[in-house]
Amino acid sequence: MRATALALGTAALVLASGAGHAEVIRIKIANVAYQPAQVTAHVGDTIEWVNADVVAHTATARNGAFDLVMAPNGKNSIVLKTAGAIDYYCKYHPNMTGQISVVRD
Amino acid sequence: MTLVKIAAAFAALLLAGGVAQAQGAKPNDAQIAHIAYTAGKIDIEAAQQAVQKSKNKDVVEFANDMIRDHTAINDKALALVKKLNVTPQDNDTSKALAKQAAEKRAELAKLNGPAFDKAYIDNEVAYHKTVNNALQNTLIPSATNPGLRDLLTTGLKIFQGHQQHAEHVAASLR
Repeated sequence: MRATALALGTAALVLASGAGHAEVIRIKIANVAYQPAQVTAHVGDTIEWVNADVVAHTATARNGAFDLVMAPNGKNSIVLKTAGAIDYYCKYHPNMTGQISVVRD
Repeated sequence: MTLVKIAAAFAALLLAGGVAQAQGAKPNDAQIAHIAYTAGKIDIEAAQQAVQKSKNKDVVEFANDMIRDHTAINDKALALVKKLNVTPQDNDTSKALAKQAAEKRAELAKLNGPAFDKAYIDNEVAYHKTVNNALQNTLIPSATNPGLRDLLTTGLKIFQGHQQHAEHVAASLR
C-alpha cells in the first residue's frame, strides 16, 4: 500500500516536471543593473529577480507581459508562457534595461 | 533664475575641485557627505511639495519615487558616516544649495495646475543633471573613503535613472 502510494507520488512528480525541465532563472539586481541583462529561457521557466540594491526596482515589460516591483532585498518572479523576445526596463530608473529570449522546447 | 544659481554653486564647487588638485583644497569626505545628503534632502522636500500640489498622476508618482529613493539613500549615507565615525560638515556649497532650494520652493508655491507640474518637472530634469555632473566630476573623484565612493557611485547611477524618468515625464507634459 505504502509502496503504491510512493510509486504514484513518484509518477506525479515525473509528470509535473515532465513537460521537461522547467527551470528557475535568477537575475540579480545590483548597482542599478540587471545581472545578467540578457537571458535565454524556455516556455514554462520561471524568471526570478532578486534585488540587492538599497532602492526598489521594477521589471516592466515593454509589451505589457509583466510589471513587477522588487523592494530593497526583495524578490519577485513570473512564469514564462509564450515564446518571443521580451524587452523590459525599470520604471523608476529607465537607464536599467534587460531582455529575455523565450524559446519553445 | 534659481536654477542658474544652483548651477553656479556647483560650478564654484567644480572650480574648487579643479584648483584643489594644485592647492589641496578639494572637499573632504565630511564635506562631500554633507553636500550629497543636502542635495538628497532638497529633492525630497521638492517632491513633498509636488505630492501636495499636483493633481497629475505621472507627476505625483514621480515625486513619490523621489521621496522613496532619496530617503533610502540618505538613510544609507547616515549609517555609513556613523560607521566611519565621520561627522558631515556644513560648507559653502551645502549652504548655497539649501538657500537656492528654498527660493525655488517659494517660486513653485505660487504656481498651480499644469504650470506647477511643468515647472517642477523641468527643475527636476535640470537639478538631477547638475547634481550628476557634480558627482561625476568632483564629488566621486574627491572622495577618499572607498565606502563613501561606492555609495556615491551607486547614487550617481540611480540619479541618472531619475533624470531619464524626469525627462520622460517632462515629454508627456508637453
